[in-house]
Amino acid sequence: MKLVGRALMGVVIGIFLLSAVATTAFSASFKMGFVFSMTGGAAVYGASQKEGASLAVDQINAAAGSGLKIIPIFEDDASVPQQGTNVFNKLINGNKVSIIIGPTLSNTAKITDPIAQKAGVPVLAISNTISGITEIGDYIFRDSLTENVVIPHTVKVAKEKLKLKKVAILYGNDDAMTKATYEVFKKVLKSSGIQILGEQTFAKGDRDFSPQLTQIKAQNPDAIICGALAEEASGIISQARQLGIPKTVRIIGGNGFNSPGLIKNAGAAAEGVIVGAAWNISSTAPLNVKFVNDYTKKYKHAPDQFAAQAFAGVHIAYQAAKASNGGSDRKALRDAMAKIKNLDTVLGRFSFTEGRDANHIGVVQEIRDGKFVVLGN
Amino acid sequence: MDLLLQQLINGLFIGSVYGLFAVGYTLVFGVLDMLNLAHAAIFTLGGLIALWLVETAGVSLWLAFPMACVAAGLLGLLLNQVAFAPLRKRSDSQFSGLISSIAMAIIFEAAALGLFGARSVRFPVGTVPTHTWQIAGITITLLQVGIVCVAASLMVILTLFIGRTRTGKAIRAVGENERAATLLGINVNGIIAFTFFVSSALGGAAGILFGLYFNNLTPDMGRSIELKGLAVIILGGMGSIPGAILGGLAFGLSEVLTVAITGTSNLRDAVAFAVLFAILLIRPSGLLGRGKTREA
Repeated sequence: MKLVGRALMGVVIGIFLLSAVATTAFSASFKMGFVFSMTGGAAVYGASQKEGASLAVDQINAAAGSGLKIIPIFEDDASVPQQGTNVFNKLINGNKVSIIIGPTLSNTAKITDPIAQKAGVPVLAISNTISGITEIGDYIFRDSLTENVVIPHTVKVAKEKLKLKKVAILYGNDDAMTKATYEVFKKVLKSSGIQILGEQTFAKGDRDFSPQLTQIKAQNPDAIICGALAEEASGIISQARQLGIPKTVRIIGGNGFNSPGLIKNAGAAAEGVIVGAAWNISSTAPLNVKFVNDYTKKYKHAPDQFAAQAFAGVHIAYQAAKASNGGSDRKALRDAMAKIKNLDTVLGRFSFTEGRDANHIGVVQEIRDGKFVVLGN
Repeated sequence: MDLLLQQLINGLFIGSVYGLFAVGYTLVFGVLDMLNLAHAAIFTLGGLIALWLVETAGVSLWLAFPMACVAAGLLGLLLNQVAFAPLRKRSDSQFSGLISSIAMAIIFEAAALGLFGARSVRFPVGTVPTHTWQIAGITITLLQVGIVCVAASLMVILTLFIGRTRTGKAIRAVGENERAATLLGINVNGIIAFTFFVSSALGGAAGILFGLYFNNLTPDMGRSIELKGLAVIILGGMGSIPGAILGGLAFGLSEVLTVAITGTSNLRDAVAFAVLFAILLIRPSGLLGRGKTREA
């Protein structure tokens, strides 16, 4: 009995070894780690990102045949930097991934990306928009447009379409993201010759914005420039309309406004809100039309910007892996990433800048009939 | 002029919610000489229960409002039974009651977190009919008028109830001297429980109005009003109902005017608490406080 057992074990081990040899010999693959916020405050973004990334991986692997395949490993950072650190360490040292895509939040990226930089693992950020992310090191890339690119574009298009002359500003002055939005807006408004009538601020957790909005109403601006995250932005937009600020006075926001939640929360008051973005669903580029169709068919709902950026991110990393002989060498993969130029993606023609930030043309959208539609680009 | 008037009206709305919250707060203090620090948690739960009734159970707001108030009142009874009643016979029950009410506040908040999640929740669009009036350059919505009317009428009813009815007199008697009230045949435990019910129902009502006005409910929303409510009842005079109303309005106005003048909300609380500090220096018993006569 004992002998039979040993023989069986031998056979099993033999098959196992053979199959291991077989995979390395006949089909090349590399490991791609994904760190998204699947739980916690940013779960709504993480869910979209995972869907976008999974779709890209499935399609690439199905089309690869005997060519290069992706082995995806998905991890949840729970929207907090501590958990992000844990999963980064696991992916880098345990799974030995070639590249990490993520994490969802800029706040987490500030803590986790230095770990990857130190270990020499390329990171592709797909939703971080604040400055100081790619500056962490030469292994850090991103395909999400920063506020420094999107806001000047937003102001330019809004000025053209709405003939803006004078605006009022309202922003949160105790949050890194909203403050950054305000600073970029202020610089761009000044250089475009738009007069700033006044600046009002609010603090995190405020619910009542009526005193500030009442002051703004009396200044009679052409538009209100707003640096706020989706939660506070919903309150500001609703209360502005409640106070009788007419709909012709548009509210223009930064990346914090790019959330379907804003439309849901503010309802009819959200109509006419303007925000710059990296991507819009209605783009008619063939690659984008196919992406929107495939995504909607698979998940039974339409993709958002976060899904599109995730989808594009997988393709960018895959291109770099192909160009670097299979992507198993992290250093070679990094060098190939840096060389990506004019790659056709769902975001448009995509290149990395010298500083490894995204370089492609964004869109300026407005909310019309409860949807983000293109105002201009 | 329009600007100032509109700001005063903004202050009136938020002030009336503060007033309603503080009235319930001060009522328990007036009777028990004890702070109920779980009042803010009941405020939160009142708002969340009303939201649940409207959104999930599909009840209309007109029915959900009184139902949620009663539910908040029942939570007040529970609070009294668990946190206050068992400690009442011990010496130094004032301090231990204060501490156990903090524990109940944490339990209530955790329950809200577990039941409703950490994210902001909102009343569905169209819960309150949207209608606005433009009068002499001032904009007022139906909801704002409703909030002031509901808050004012609840406060008037409470004042009349405490001043004119037999139960109201019993509440005051218990507040004056528990032992004497017992000798006069008043069911002291019953009156205390009833006071908790009324106080919590009012706190819940304030939570619903707050939730409707800002339409952004979170399990920790009570924290933003907790300290303000305490400041309001100190400002108005501990235990004084008209004082709580006056203090609430004064607090609301000072907040709004501070933001309007400085253009930032960072100094809002600083100014409000500085006013409180100044008033305490001039009138230590608060605006309408009765001084220390009761302790004699």
